[in-house]
Amino acid sequence: MSGRTERSEGRESMTGEPGVGVVESGGKRVVRPYGDTTGDGMVQVSFTLPVPHDKRAEGAAVQLANRMGIDPAMLVHAKPMSDGFTFFVVYGRVHHLVDLDRVQVVERDFPLLGAKEVNAVVKQRLRRKLSVVGACIGTDAHTVGIDAILNVKGIAGEKGLEYYRELKVTNLGAQVSVPELVEAARRERADAVLVSQVVTQRDAHLHNTREMSAAFREALPAGKRPLLIVGGPRFDEKMTAELGVDRIFGRGTTPGEVASYLVHALVTDRKARV
Amino acid sequence: MSERSIGTARQGGSGKLGLDPVLVGRARELARRAGQPVVDLARSHTTVSVERAVLRLAGVSGADPDGIPWVNRLVDAVVADVGLGHGVALPVFDALVREGVPDVTLLAQKAAAGSVRFVVPSGKAATAARRASRRAVAAGVRQVDRRRAERERLVRRYGDPKRRPWIYLIVATGDIYEDIPQAQAAARAGADVIAVIRSTGQSLLDYVPEGATREGFAGTYATQENFRLMRAALDETSKELGRYVRLTNYASGLCMPEMATLAGLERLDMMLNDSMYGILFRDINPIRTFVDQRFSRQVHARAGIIINTGEDNYLTTADAVDEAHTVTVSQLLNEFFAHEAGLADWQLGLGHAFEINPDVPESFRLELAHALLARELFPDAPLKWMPPTKHMTGDVFRGNLLDGFFNLVGAMTGQGILLVGMMTEAVVTPWLSDRDIALQNVRYVLGAAGGLHEDFVPAPGGFIQQRAHRVLGEAVDLLERIGDQSLLTAIAEGTFGIMKRPADRGKGLAGVARHEAAYYNPATEILEQVA
Repeated sequence: MSGRTERSEGRESMTGEPGVGVVESGGKRVVRPYGDTTGDGMVQVSFTLPVPHDKRAEGAAVQLANRMGIDPAMLVHAKPMSDGFTFFVVYGRVHHLVDLDRVQVVERDFPLLGAKEVNAVVKQRLRRKLSVVGACIGTDAHTVGIDAILNVKGIAGEKGLEYYRELKVTNLGAQVSVPELVEAARRERADAVLVSQVVTQRDAHLHNTREMSAAFREALPAGKRPLLIVGGPRFDEKMTAELGVDRIFGRGTTPGEVASYLVHALVTDRKARV
Repeated sequence: MSERSIGTARQGGSGKLGLDPVLVGRARELARRAGQPVVDLARSHTTVSVERAVLRLAGVSGADPDGIPWVNRLVDAVVADVGLGHGVALPVFDALVREGVPDVTLLAQKAAAGSVRFVVPSGKAATAARRASRRAVAAGVRQVDRRRAERERLVRRYGDPKRRPWIYLIVATGDIYEDIPQAQAAARAGADVIAVIRSTGQSLLDYVPEGATREGFAGTYATQENFRLMRAALDETSKELGRYVRLTNYASGLCMPEMATLAGLERLDMMLNDSMYGILFRDINPIRTFVDQRFSRQVHARAGIIINTGEDNYLTTADAVDEAHTVTVSQLLNEFFAHEAGLADWQLGLGHAFEINPDVPESFRLELAHALLARELFPDAPLKWMPPTKHMTGDVFRGNLLDGFFNLVGAMTGQGILLVGMMTEAVVTPWLSDRDIALQNVRYVLGAAGGLHEDFVPAPGGFIQQRAHRVLGEAVDLLERIGDQSLLTAIAEGTFGIMKRPADRGKGLAGVARHEAAYYNPATEILEQVA
């Protein structure tokens, strides 16, 4: 059984300071993957090739890994699957570097508040309840995302927005049409609209979001338009301008973060609105 | 009869949990009390989808050039002339006789063109229409009977899976022609039951799409032709493997009765069919759901289809420890509604799931307690054991471990149907390799510990017994509270899955009508005759 076609020591010393994951050179902070030794650049990948398992298939897997920048590549597992497919696990070294200073992300630009603080700020400075309308739009019937943020139950031990005394939450649930959402936002005098998109195919989440933001722009003048927030695992948090929304929340967002952002954008720092 | 064998997973008659038989009896009695008013409601109402299902049994098929099925066009035309409360059988077959049209589909086409007027017949005309409609629907029911006999023959020829639980695997590409090779590959890799997930949003379509479909969203449209294509493909695979591979789809949403009917006509083997799922998770009107559900279950009973109920869903929205008893309550209600509609115990794939937060101390023991409780409360039902979804993260390695523990609970508690968990749940729709790894996981656990339920007996008075007793006690308390108000009020107040669903709201309410005095439904008449 030739499960392993190519072996590499993978341990020869690499540039880098021992025990420190980040290499400083010329003021730049540079990292590479870590297996068990600083600078070893080790990664693990798995993939399937649509070929039956034989020597050639294994060679193809190693070549693919090489092309991906894994060199040398250790093919540690190859298993035939179904009719004419093979599954591979490859370990190996990549030579790519990442300059941490050139990484672009959306950093949280608002202070994280507790539920009490959120309630206090809304009560003292807005002097009415802050109205939030949430929904899953389009054909998406998966309410896990919107429920995690809105339901009292919340997620990961954090209570959802319904738990906040000074927030008035309307959860429209699944498969809400955009006109229904706009109408509900108008009826509830929504300060913010939260839309969740979990299951998506062929970028449906992007189309739905654009349709939603366009509908609000058409239905309401700039000053009257609620804060538009979308969330879901497939969104790129940097695409707010492109999608016409105020904020995008990705995987792992908690209700507390959303509540803090609402207070920040709608009460303490209104000019933050796009 | 081989289909009976699945109900014999009875775990040592005397019981491992020492449940109080008086309390268990009381739980069933309370479920009956809570459910009976809903049955009365279902018996005195009809829906557009029930009437469309009657027409499908009577032989109406196909769709207009816009893809709207002729059953929809015909029911709409009847409703416009005489309303829904009389049922469509009498007005339709009265018109058929009067107009001298040879078949019902042709009548639907004429009605859609506006060239037929419908009336509620009386006297001799009513008798004639009654007889004609009953004859037409009986032919459809006979077709369902033939398909059932055919299944029994094929099961005898190819055999059932050699061990329990049956391994249930999902395919869903959106394209039926892509689903077919995937389903066949899954069966070859060990799946005993193939479920084709429906396109997101189909549950809210008030018609059944027609023909073979190649585009869907996170699933494949359920159509009669897609049913037929997949069943034929799995028949080939069953022959190749020497094991009858079962096919599953969904009798849920606004077209529940029609889905059940099409499943019966195309020999599907299992259908997801929960009594409250549509109400709670799709915001479908409660009365519409209960009326549709009763009819669909009568069809399933006749067709020899195993229903799968959806209790796992409560646990994805509510807490799996605090709300464990709502699963038990729902199982008891599902059992009552199912028996009332004529389903036998071997047809009750009552659902439950491994959804406790793995960070909760003793979560595995709690899961064992809950799974064993379901097993002991419903000893003759092929329980459907559902994998973790809520606490699956992008950490596929941890997910695979969690799925292994899920499989182990299935083996230790003698579950009937095991839905294979995917380590990539909540990440991507399963890849070929994800499915292979998941099946390897199942095979390992069942191979290494498949008979463990024979040895596993929880300590008397220990943690697992105590937990099971507590959940049953809480279920009885909740059923008592529901009995004091009514099931519809309980649903309106958010008792299940935290959703509040009032009886006068929700989708599909417009398609519900109370029976008029002359209401006639030949399908119900035939289906209730044998029950």
